[in-house]
Amino acid sequence: MEKLIEILNELHDDVDFESENALVDDGILDSLDIVTLVTEIDSEFDVRIPPEEIVPENFNSAAALWELIQKLDEA
Amino acid sequence: MLFTSYEFLAFLALVFLAYYLLPKKTQWIVLLVSSYAFYALAGVEYLAFILFTTVTSFVVTRLMERVSNREKSYLAEVGDMLSKDERKAFKNKCKKRRFWILCLGLLLNFGVLAVLKYTAFAIVNVNSMLHGFGVESTLSIPSLILPLGISFYTFQTMGYLIDVYRQKAEAIKNPFKLALFVSFFPQLIQGPISRASDLAPQLTEPHRFERRNFTYGAQRILWGYFKKLVIADRVLVAVNTMIESPEEFRGAYVFLLIILYSIQIYADFTGGIDITIGIAEALGIKLAENFKRPFSSRSTKEYWNRWHITMGSWFTDYVFYPISVSRPMLAISKKSRAWFGKKIGKRIPVYLATIVTWFLTGLWHGAGWNFIVWGLLNCLVILVSQELEPLYSKFEHRFPKLHASSTYGAFMSIRTFLLMGLIRSLDCYRNVPMTFSMWGSMFTEFDLPSVLGEGLLSLGLGLSDYIIVGLGCALMFAVSRAGKDVSVRERLYDRPVLSWSLFGTLFILIIMFGAYSVGYDASQFIYNQF
Amino acid sequence: MKKRIFVAVSAILVICVLLTFLGALVIPKYTDNKEGALVGEYYAEAGGHDVLFIGDCEVYESIVPAVLWEKYGINSYVRGSAQQLVWQSYYLLEDTLRYEKPKAVVYNVMALKYGEPQREEYNRMTIDGMKWSSSKVGAINASMTEEESFVEYVFPLLRFHSRITALTADDLKYAFETPKVSHNGYLMQTGIVPRTDFSEGFSEDDYIFSENAIKYLDMMREKCEDNGIEFILMKAPTNLWRYWWHDEWETQVVEYADKYDLKYYNFIPLEKEIGIDWNTDTYDKGAHLNVYGAEKFTEYFGAILADEFSLPDRRADTALSEAWDVRLEKYYYERNNGGK
Repeated sequence: MEKLIEILNELHDDVDFESENALVDDGILDSLDIVTLVTEIDSEFDVRIPPEEIVPENFNSAAALWELIQKLDEA
Repeated sequence: MLFTSYEFLAFLALVFLAYYLLPKKTQWIVLLVSSYAFYALAGVEYLAFILFTTVTSFVVTRLMERVSNREKSYLAEVGDMLSKDERKAFKNKCKKRRFWILCLGLLLNFGVLAVLKYTAFAIVNVNSMLHGFGVESTLSIPSLILPLGISFYTFQTMGYLIDVYRQKAEAIKNPFKLALFVSFFPQLIQGPISRASDLAPQLTEPHRFERRNFTYGAQRILWGYFKKLVIADRVLVAVNTMIESPEEFRGAYVFLLIILYSIQIYADFTGGIDITIGIAEALGIKLAENFKRPFSSRSTKEYWNRWHITMGSWFTDYVFYPISVSRPMLAISKKSRAWFGKKIGKRIPVYLATIVTWFLTGLWHGAGWNFIVWGLLNCLVILVSQELEPLYSKFEHRFPKLHASSTYGAFMSIRTFLLMGLIRSLDCYRNVPMTFSMWGSMFTEFDLPSVLGEGLLSLGLGLSDYIIVGLGCALMFAVSRAGKDVSVRERLYDRPVLSWSLFGTLFILIIMFGAYSVGYDASQFIYNQF
Repeated sequence: MKKRIFVAVSAILVICVLLTFLGALVIPKYTDNKEGALVGEYYAEAGGHDVLFIGDCEVYESIVPAVLWEKYGINSYVRGSAQQLVWQSYYLLEDTLRYEKPKAVVYNVMALKYGEPQREEYNRMTIDGMKWSSSKVGAINASMTEEESFVEYVFPLLRFHSRITALTADDLKYAFETPKVSHNGYLMQTGIVPRTDFSEGFSEDDYIFSENAIKYLDMMREKCEDNGIEFILMKAPTNLWRYWWHDEWETQVVEYADKYDLKYYNFIPLEKEIGIDWNTDTYDKGAHLNVYGAEKFTEYFGAILADEFSLPDRRADTALSEAWDVRLEKYYYERNNGGK
């Protein structure tokens, strides 16, 4: 989780990712950010997020994203 | 049958009558019959293509569903006996199978689209290449028909296929209901491109007549006609005059063209979508919005999140993400990180996917280099501004007051408007070198006073036309601003007198100032003595 | 709820009234291009005519009912209009027969050369003036060019709305009533521009009258037969190269008249006998007759009509005479004041 926050902060250092929960809906993360995020997650956690999982619900908060990573890691 | 024809209005009246007078169970059948009638009126031969898409999609989605049903029942039956890895392997096997079925469906449908839409373009390019190699012979260009709205219904239906594959949408079990999803007439010609999970259930469930829906729908239709008839079709006269004789209208005229074409395409496209969404709304069906005040965007990226939204999100979901997060792309990313370092390495997938997406977006708009160049220029602007982002934020931190001021906001919006207009003018001349030379002429032959003087009146429009367009644009701007937070129609709903006065006036304005009928060109009224 | 319905109904009413007014405002008043007013003027005068003339400018600028009355006591009306096509002539005949049954109908054959709908603005000038009836519907359907639509005839506002930015004082003045422009359908031209060009017309690709034109000629003939009306064919004496009457056409009309035992009068070869002087009797270099030419021609033709078709002299009818006195006064006033 900390690692994830670190990755997120690299993208936008002015956002409090711990509390924000409308990252996509409010337009903080755009599609370019999301792709960067997915590649980072792939290289850091060795978890590949498939395109069908790229939906706002999974990216709106760091917590949701973390949940997704764990789910994919298990499967 | 154009939206702006009397036939369409009569057709619409019949559809509404049948829709609300016949039993609710048959409503979707009314829509299906109307949609096919609408399409057949455009060209009976087109029906074959839309039927092909419908049938192949039906088969493909049903097959995919069968695979996933078997997967589920197998896992339910013996899942407990399998190890985690075995289960995973089985799931992957099923997914692969569904993937190949999906590919078949996509190949067939995009194949038809590609052949019909791009054969001529491909042959022209092959011929000029052959010519470049000194080959004398040329391939002949077959004359193929291009069914109305094929790009739109193919994209919508293929989105549905992919959603079924991704298990985000259920396969539609009734082929006729699928046929309606493919052909729903209000959006057949120009979108919006809907998602199956949003639209399909709405199309087939019964809808009671609700005054609010119907009123909102009718009002939105009226507003759409205002934009199209009073503004877009009027401005079109001047736009066409300039496009038809590019040698004559250079320099400051190009600037004028960029402005007028922006107005024209905005009024025409958003007006058409207003009519589409309004019709659906009056039928009790909610379609996705396609525009969100695009010309107030402060950046190109923002603009593309507000203009033709459903197309943009289609490309994002079905092209951009799948490419950018695909295994090969992730591999490339890893390698490039190793080679170029993290900073550049992490950009590579984004850049590649963005370029491919914009190339395809351009190609989707039309078979021509101008569209491809248009797409790539948009891409360039987006990537460059992405790279300049740190610079911008530095600037913003240095001058926080300026950045927060509305003047600066307006400046950014106007800058984006002009930049998008400039790139969009590729669409006018449909010829890349010529467009570039026209852009050049703006710097070398810019004579604004003469264009604003007699120039304006040499484009087929009179002074009164420009006044109407000006007032019309002011009205569009005002309405767009007024509806920023709360919809205008909502504000008026409980004030029938005001609402009727406003929309009654709007109706009369359309009738009196719409650029329709044989003689909207006032010069035609000069009757000759026999 | 009640309030809503009340508001809705009254709003719709207001909109209708406004649109009616706006419609009246933008519809062409034809105060300059008077041809467009001819068809509509008939209805105020309908009834009791013994001869009806139908056709294009060659009737409404050649036949002077005032002369027919003065010289022969023939009560007549001209239902002509600019570029009146054969089917329009048929439907105008049908329309006229709703109001009266003349003894003779004279049709000018020039328009037989057209087999297809021609120009939108001429369609408008002929059809817009007609009162609504199945004849008007028929005329519209037969006349529309591809760009036109029926609904724009029902609501002329839809066609003419864009004139809203080009209104003149006349549009307001004559919004609901336009001044009379003709004398029983005769449109007076008092100017004199002599004819200088006596060359022949260019040859045509195809001289055979189209089936469509003949179809409507047949319909006119049959309509007259059914109603016991004498159907007469004529060709006005004008023959400028631009509006040349070809021998090939002449032959077909002669054959047609023979076949159905109709009277056909071609006045082109008779111009000397009629006494037409191309220096004084035309207002547009010979394309059409002016009032002086038209009077001479009408007097000549009137004698034939009176003799051969035994049309009654109604000058003894005092009521009719009085009505004609008023008309004659207007006629001569306009004639003597150069068309004013």
